[in-house]
Amino acid sequence: MPPTTLIFILLALSAFGYYVGRRRAFVVGGGSKGAKALHSRPTYYGALTVFWCGVPALLIFGFWLAFETTIITHLVMADLPEAMRKLPAAELNLQINNIRNWVSGNIISGEINPVIQAAADHYRSLLSTSKAALTVVAISMAILGLVIVRAKITPALRARNIVEQIIKYALIVCSTIAIFTTIGIVLSVLYESIRFFRTVPITEFLFGVEWSPQMAIRADQVGSSGAFGAVPVFVGTMLISGIAMCVAVPIGLMSAIYLSEYANKKFRTVAKPLIEILAGIPTVVYGFFAALTVAPFIRNTGNLLGLGVSSESALAAGLVMGIMIIPFVSSLSDDFINAVPQALRDGAYSLGATHSETIRQVVLPAALPGIVGGVLLAVSRAIGETMIVVMAAGLAANLTLNPLETVTTVTVQIVTLLVGDQEFDSAKTLAAFALGLLLFLVTLLLNVIALHVVRKYREQYE
Amino acid sequence: MNNSQTQSLTNGKQKERTLDIVNRGLKKRYRAERRFRLYGLLAIVASMVFLSLLFISIVGKGYTAFQQTFIELDVYFDPQVLDEQSLATADYQGLVKKSLRDMFPDARSRQDRRMLYGIASSGASFQLRDMVLTHPDMIGQTSKVWVPADDDVDMLIKGHFDRQVAESERRIKDRQLAWIDQLSAGGKIKKKFNTTFFTAGDSREPELAGILGAVAGSFFTLVITLILSFPIGVAAAVYLEEFAPQNRWTDFIEVNINNLAAVPSIVFGLLGLAVFLNFFGLPRSAPVVGGLVLTLMTLPVIIIASRSALTAVPPSIREAALGVGASKMQMVAHHVLPLALPGMLTGTIIGMARALGETAPLLMIGMVAFIVDIPAGFTDPATALPVQIYLWADSPERAFVERTSAAIIILLAFLITMNAVAVILRKRFERRW
Repeated sequence: MPPTTLIFILLALSAFGYYVGRRRAFVVGGGSKGAKALHSRPTYYGALTVFWCGVPALLIFGFWLAFETTIITHLVMADLPEAMRKLPAAELNLQINNIRNWVSGNIISGEINPVIQAAADHYRSLLSTSKAALTVVAISMAILGLVIVRAKITPALRARNIVEQIIKYALIVCSTIAIFTTIGIVLSVLYESIRFFRTVPITEFLFGVEWSPQMAIRADQVGSSGAFGAVPVFVGTMLISGIAMCVAVPIGLMSAIYLSEYANKKFRTVAKPLIEILAGIPTVVYGFFAALTVAPFIRNTGNLLGLGVSSESALAAGLVMGIMIIPFVSSLSDDFINAVPQALRDGAYSLGATHSETIRQVVLPAALPGIVGGVLLAVSRAIGETMIVVMAAGLAANLTLNPLETVTTVTVQIVTLLVGDQEFDSAKTLAAFALGLLLFLVTLLLNVIALHVVRKYREQYE
Repeated sequence: MNNSQTQSLTNGKQKERTLDIVNRGLKKRYRAERRFRLYGLLAIVASMVFLSLLFISIVGKGYTAFQQTFIELDVYFDPQVLDEQSLATADYQGLVKKSLRDMFPDARSRQDRRMLYGIASSGASFQLRDMVLTHPDMIGQTSKVWVPADDDVDMLIKGHFDRQVAESERRIKDRQLAWIDQLSAGGKIKKKFNTTFFTAGDSREPELAGILGAVAGSFFTLVITLILSFPIGVAAAVYLEEFAPQNRWTDFIEVNINNLAAVPSIVFGLLGLAVFLNFFGLPRSAPVVGGLVLTLMTLPVIIIASRSALTAVPPSIREAALGVGASKMQMVAHHVLPLALPGMLTGTIIGMARALGETAPLLMIGMVAFIVDIPAGFTDPATALPVQIYLWADSPERAFVERTSAAIIILLAFLITMNAVAVILRKRFERRW
């Protein structure tokens, strides 16, 4: 039975369970007028039945599907002839993939030999057994739950309390998903990074000044042996983020000041959403804009001035990234400027300060911690931004601070190392996870500091 | 008259009055004031200029892609070529070539003929095949058929082509130019609305490429994202806002949520690659995996928005519900949630809009392949609209530039619609307590 049909059957059974539970409650309560004798309203008895009918069966279904392939593959592998099992891991993987593809009717690489054929038949029979078993187990589980709960329904059963307790646990589980996500991120990047640091020493990664992750795959191949010194990558990231902040901070801050201090209401209601549109534009659009409009423009202007500008200059990527970040800086600064109490401004005015003097010498210093927090958040966004740099910045890891040259960033390297078909255990792909770990840690640090600063600041004037 | 004033009167020449100092500096200070104000205005104008430049450059590059150049051919559906038994595999390319040859008998040499055949798109033969398969009675007749032109011809007709460049550096040679001019003089070449762009999947040929496959991929991905992230996000928000005790554990959850909201999207892609693909063995390039990754990414957005919607519901509602004997769960389900729902929906739509525009995590989980077929389910290989934009932006053909821009226009149209719906929803259901 295909999985979707099974899901529908389980859902239908649960719906039926609701009806059964509710009916049963009426019956044990003594007819439709007997609902008063029940502890809870009849719907709660129905809900309880639904829960025990549907949830265990669906859980089994989920786990079964998650681990089915792995277990069957292991079983099939165990039955492969000795000679084949002794193959190197990569070739063995290829064979397993061949078997799987053959089973699902895809094109396979190489000839079909009898061994593969036999293994595929084995695989297929295991798969159909597993599917049949899953159907039987899941449906009987559902029916069992339904029958047991139905038998247990009595007027004294505190159905509402049980249902509410169950819902509460479900709510708790949902709220912990954030924690599991964080753990998942940390574990997945950490695990692969540790594997990477086994082949490349961590000091070389952090302090080496040459980055060329192309590894020779065959021993006799001409090519670099791979250098994993990430300093040029960090410097490139810093350069592009720095350019972005040079664009975003002045423009964002000044527009926030103008909007919150000078502009009249009409102007504000028009200008503010317009600036915020900039934040809603997908980064891939900015990347296209940077690569096809801004970069050629900068290169042509540079050539007119007699400067040699690379067509993938850091300036173009940084500039466009800055435009993207303007609304973040501006809306956060706006919040913090508005949070400064009016009394401080009035005090400055009464001393004879002009509007701009008040802003520069009273409002801004008062709002500074918040603005710094906002800028830190913006920096963390700039460092983690991917599409703009993938499309507009280069791949060559030059160690330079010249904004007219090509530099590369952490995110660009992650994308180029991981997109496409790669062997998963080469140092090249693992390097991407090491970069990912670093990216995660740096942005985490920035976010924690920024959130802390912002929170402290908010408390100050509340 | 006090002492100091007496002094200032008597020593007027030696000692300046404070007022004079102030007055002297006043002009400068007012200038500084105006300058500061101007800087603020300039900053806003700069952002507006950037915004309009972005839109102008994309719309300017992309609007032509909604039209496509077609060539009118007189095709003779030759019964000798079209064998009844093998209609699907007959030589339709030959029919196209023959009608081109008939139109321009002056192309004799092999090289000339190859150039001539290059005018029509390779998709023309598929179009003829579909026509014959649906109307087999056409066989033996001659009829006028509009077939798509090659992308280079398309670019020429749309004016993205410089005729002044030396012939050797042009993609369209002088002879071809002459033929095309002859065609357009005879009204046999014209631009029509580009339906292919909306009904086809990806293709290596710009004139045959469309966005339907990418849109379908995005749709399936977003469906998964929505059905997972909305209930989970709302449930988490309800727990944290209504039930959770104030303790370290809750604080820890909150710190996690706030951090996840600021984690770079590509890190979520790494998580998806390591956990969903490598650990659980889910299929590569499948919308279901994309949906899972985007769910994890949008959850913090939805949770944060839902929490602020819940805090906006006044405590008196809760107290009233509890006062008439509702349980806490009933209070939440019957009173608080319905009142907070519009706010939650607004937050969800905004989160969905962000998920729709997200590219980087999808690159990590392999939704970046060249896929011609239009995905029909959650586990079919697929790309998403922003990924399609990324792929096309990489293509060297000039015709893909305008198609990329057109795909961006479609993407932005979707995003603007979603955000407009969110704004309307907020305006319509917003209650001030």
